[in-house]
Amino acid sequence: MSNSQSKQSQKKSRGKGISRRRFLNDMAGTACGVGLLGLGISMYSRSANAIKPLAIRPPGALPEKDFLAACTRCGICVRDCPYDILKLAKVGDKVPTGTPYFTARTGPCEMCEDIPCVPNCPTGALDHKLTDISKSRMGLAVVVDQETCIAFLGLRCEVCFNVCPVRGKAITLDYKHNERSGRHAMFIPVVHSEDCTGCGLCEKACILEDAPAIKIFPTHLAKGDLGHHYRVGWDQQKKKGGSLIKSTDKHKYNLPKGVRYDYEGVGLITDEQGNPIIEPNNTPVDPTDNNSESEMPGSSNPLDALNKGIQEAQ
Amino acid sequence: MATELKIGQEAIEKKGWWQAYKWLVLRRTSQIGILLLFMLIPICKWISPEADCQLGWIMKGNLSSSKFFDTIPMTDPLLFLQMIAAGFTSIAVEAVIGALIILVFYLLVGGRVFCSWVCPVNIVTDAAFWLRTRLKLVGGTRFSRNIRYWLLGMVLIVSAVTGSLAYELINPVSMLHRGLFFGMGFGWLVIAAVFVFDLIITKRGWCTHICPVGAFYSLLGKVSPLRVRADARELCDDCGECYIVCPEAQIIKPVLKGKEKGIAPVILAGECTNCGRCIDVCAEDVFHFGNRYSVSPKPAPIAAKILNSKLSKNSLEQKS
Repeated sequence: MSNSQSKQSQKKSRGKGISRRRFLNDMAGTACGVGLLGLGISMYSRSANAIKPLAIRPPGALPEKDFLAACTRCGICVRDCPYDILKLAKVGDKVPTGTPYFTARTGPCEMCEDIPCVPNCPTGALDHKLTDISKSRMGLAVVVDQETCIAFLGLRCEVCFNVCPVRGKAITLDYKHNERSGRHAMFIPVVHSEDCTGCGLCEKACILEDAPAIKIFPTHLAKGDLGHHYRVGWDQQKKKGGSLIKSTDKHKYNLPKGVRYDYEGVGLITDEQGNPIIEPNNTPVDPTDNNSESEMPGSSNPLDALNKGIQEAQ
Repeated sequence: MATELKIGQEAIEKKGWWQAYKWLVLRRTSQIGILLLFMLIPICKWISPEADCQLGWIMKGNLSSSKFFDTIPMTDPLLFLQMIAAGFTSIAVEAVIGALIILVFYLLVGGRVFCSWVCPVNIVTDAAFWLRTRLKLVGGTRFSRNIRYWLLGMVLIVSAVTGSLAYELINPVSMLHRGLFFGMGFGWLVIAAVFVFDLIITKRGWCTHICPVGAFYSLLGKVSPLRVRADARELCDDCGECYIVCPEAQIIKPVLKGKEKGIAPVILAGECTNCGRCIDVCAEDVFHFGNRYSVSPKPAPIAAKILNSKLSKNSLEQKS
């Protein structure tokens, strides 16, 4: 009787031991499995969350990192867009699954003044503070193809300039001399990031076939950031409201021997006694004097070469 | 023998078709009806692309976040938690209100009411289970049903680590619901995978073992007052059909057979989805919906009536 009892208790304890071991095993297994799965999801999300260049977020979207934490992927913005340009990324699209985007080349943002897509966003992933559509920064237009863009070929186009809703500000035309023909002007489109909303109307309108010459990119891809140690002189000047140095200021730079510093042709560097130093090379040269020994081998005036050729022919 | 019969056959014979399928039919109506509410806009736009589709604005968005008549916001509370875990704290008030509305609703009616009355994946996994039973597939991999709680923790940790709603990239629940209205892409493969998993690999695999969304709602469901009660558990004739149809079969037995142990005749487990299928298939009407608070072991009115009728029937038989 006692024997069988002890046997039973032994059995019990053994059973308990096994079950504890099994329990620990199971726990460890579960933890490992779940951990691995979590790692997998994290890595997948890292690769999937890198927004690809052609997918542009709706107006008012928070910076991409915040946006991916804030967007519930509900699609209310998609429903509220009167032009049906917004899409939610499908599984397999090159945009994080479920997040809203638009493709400028096929359907650009029409820049509604009341911005209907923003105020209904439940979480504020599209910033409700955005009330002026011209203040939105969905991306930045970049003139990417300067070989095929017909403005660079010297032809008149200006379609991007004309469709731009922030006309004359976000895209301006830079008049350049047409070196090829020698007698025409080229109307080169130039994008200004301080006014470009990234709506993509220019990309849609670009007359090139297939890929456009002007394209919208997420701003962080299109525009770098100047190193924070840079102090751009002209900005500092504006801040100060005048020249940063006086013409009488002594230069404190350690220039190489024999090199002198000139301040806008006004303030010449003075020697220790305060007398201006006049460089021997600085004597002006009369450019019309062909016999001058100081004639540069390659003159900056193209007519010089032409005249020389005519002279030699004679 | 009952198991040889079609499941619910006895209930149909005894209670009639409607009483034997009532909750299932209502549940499917709810699931499909909710889908239709969201579907109104896409359908309207599909029929006439130029139309304003004003009628369609009854329900806008999807289960992750939506708006009822453009005014009442609703937000998935688990998604809300993920957002906070991901470090996004300047959430708009609307989403906070929306999450609270959903939270309070499921706290009242039972957390996993979401699973059985709303979630579209439930239709997929129920179909897989139906086919599995039909094809008499048995076996497969067995693992702990508690893994879902681990996964729920993992979902929040992954959000914190990546700083994004990482689980939403693969979550079949939001993927299916969103995909139906906004385009599935390769999402069908994920849904097909869930179906195949439930069909071949693990019985009731996705919803009762893995889904972290369901796990979250299970936690909510621990405290909700609306419950399936088994007040008439003395009537149980051990046919076992409730075990077969219940997606969380493990929660029935302690209550159904717990009279000697003094367990109250209420299913208090958070995992209960309040689907009501056990009420349908039980020919003896052991189960009914009730609240968790009436702890008295005496049968509820309906059950008492049946008990009485049964007793009188028995006594009649004895007499004759």
